[in-house]
Amino acid sequence: MLLIQCPNCGPRSEIEFRCGGESHIERPGPHGEVTDEAWADYLFYRSTPMAEHRERWVHAAGCRRWFNVVRNTVTHRINGTYPMGATGLTERSR
Amino acid sequence: MTNRYSVLSLIREGLNAQRGWEPAWRDAAPKKRYDAIVIGGGGHGLATAYYLAKNHGIRNIALIERGWIGGGNTGRNTTIIRSNYFFPQTAAFFDFALKLYEGLSLDLNYNIMFSQRGMWTLGHDRHGLEMLRRSANAMRLNEIDAELHDGDSVRRHIPGLNDTPRFPVLGGLNQPRAGTARHDAVAWGYARASSALGVDIIQNCEVTGFLIKGGRVRGIETTHGAMHAETVGMAVAGHSGVLAAKAGVRLPISSYALQAFVSEPVKPCLDTVVLSPATGTYLSQSDKGELVIGAGLDLYLSYAQRGNLPWMERAAAGVVELFPAFSRMRFLRQWAGIVDVVSDSTPIIDATPLGGFYVNCGWGTGGFKAIPAGGWCLAHAMATGKPHALASAFTLDRFRTGALIDEASASGIAH
Repeated sequence: MLLIQCPNCGPRSEIEFRCGGESHIERPGPHGEVTDEAWADYLFYRSTPMAEHRERWVHAAGCRRWFNVVRNTVTHRINGTYPMGATGLTERSR
Repeated sequence: MTNRYSVLSLIREGLNAQRGWEPAWRDAAPKKRYDAIVIGGGGHGLATAYYLAKNHGIRNIALIERGWIGGGNTGRNTTIIRSNYFFPQTAAFFDFALKLYEGLSLDLNYNIMFSQRGMWTLGHDRHGLEMLRRSANAMRLNEIDAELHDGDSVRRHIPGLNDTPRFPVLGGLNQPRAGTARHDAVAWGYARASSALGVDIIQNCEVTGFLIKGGRVRGIETTHGAMHAETVGMAVAGHSGVLAAKAGVRLPISSYALQAFVSEPVKPCLDTVVLSPATGTYLSQSDKGELVIGAGLDLYLSYAQRGNLPWMERAAAGVVELFPAFSRMRFLRQWAGIVDVVSDSTPIIDATPLGGFYVNCGWGTGGFKAIPAGGWCLAHAMATGKPHALASAFTLDRFRTGALIDEASASGIAH
């Protein structure tokens, strides 16, 4: 069971959250110029490291806000969270 | 020495104090060069090696396994075999697997304990029933056995089903030819039969990299040294993305943990497989007497082979809701396997952009039932360089062209 530190509500149990997958995926564009390869990459291909992974979570049964989580996919250890729009963990958020 | 299993050999070895049995497969030392290398000693990899040898006459084959054979998802799944798919391509493929399973014990001379005890999918509301009716019609169009039953008939067929559940059982879809098999026996049977055909089964040997030259794979680097081959097949569900990346091949796969449980063993009380999508659980009873209970995916990326408490609670709640008599039984074991998930829940059996490198992956939560056909088709691709007709739609390119086979939504069943 994960204990997730919601930036707004504090530490809560995993069942209150939903994972939205990998963070920092940008839709390619402009639309008319996107190749099939780039579009497939955007839709289906994800980085799947056996290491730290940056992913989006939403506190569905709480504040209902999205934020980023840095989590190890092998140990499930959460190394920190950071707000949407930020590019990654700062030393303070670790 | 005895290496063929039969009633006669049982009697002979019984009189011989069981001293004549040979090991089921050879413990092979790795060679420097092979005609083909199969990575992954689970069901799909072992079946691939077997059919490479049997159907295509290739004998100089290595099967590489990081741990022990059948120790990954093959040893962790809930052993259900079915072919209740929606689209013609997947229905034909999975029914071919089921037909191979029907003859597998004889083919391998190894009892895989395939029991065609049927599988029931329950409908708990009008919409669920409509989905079942649609599914039954699709199965029959695809020439697969399917029976639609009303609620009374379901209760007559499944002993112990709750008469007054919170979510009433309005109907059910049975596939009579579906059933369960002994998962370890499938791995061991394929290992024994392929070893007898000359396949080198090399366990405790991890692939650390690929030898690549001129845009083609030339072999693999392992913890036991380099091995050369012009054809390499990979069937390492759960870690497909990670290993393919070492060959420079990207796959549209995410890895998730899928949980299962067994209860303490009891006397025979459930003679079929029951799946209830609405309560989020499915169960059957093993030959040892344990209830084998499956749950759903923990929907975040994971390589930890352990499950999580929320699904355990949900699966248990579903079982108790369906079968109140099981409420005082205890869980005996709980575990998880890491599964390959692709967005359309249809496998990938295909060549890759790297010449000579073939993949068998993307089985989601239901790879066990496909083992014979997955091995058969990967072996065909590796031996001939062309996709097998049954797997010709299971390409890597479909994610670019958009020709997805969306069983994830079509079948409406947990994959």
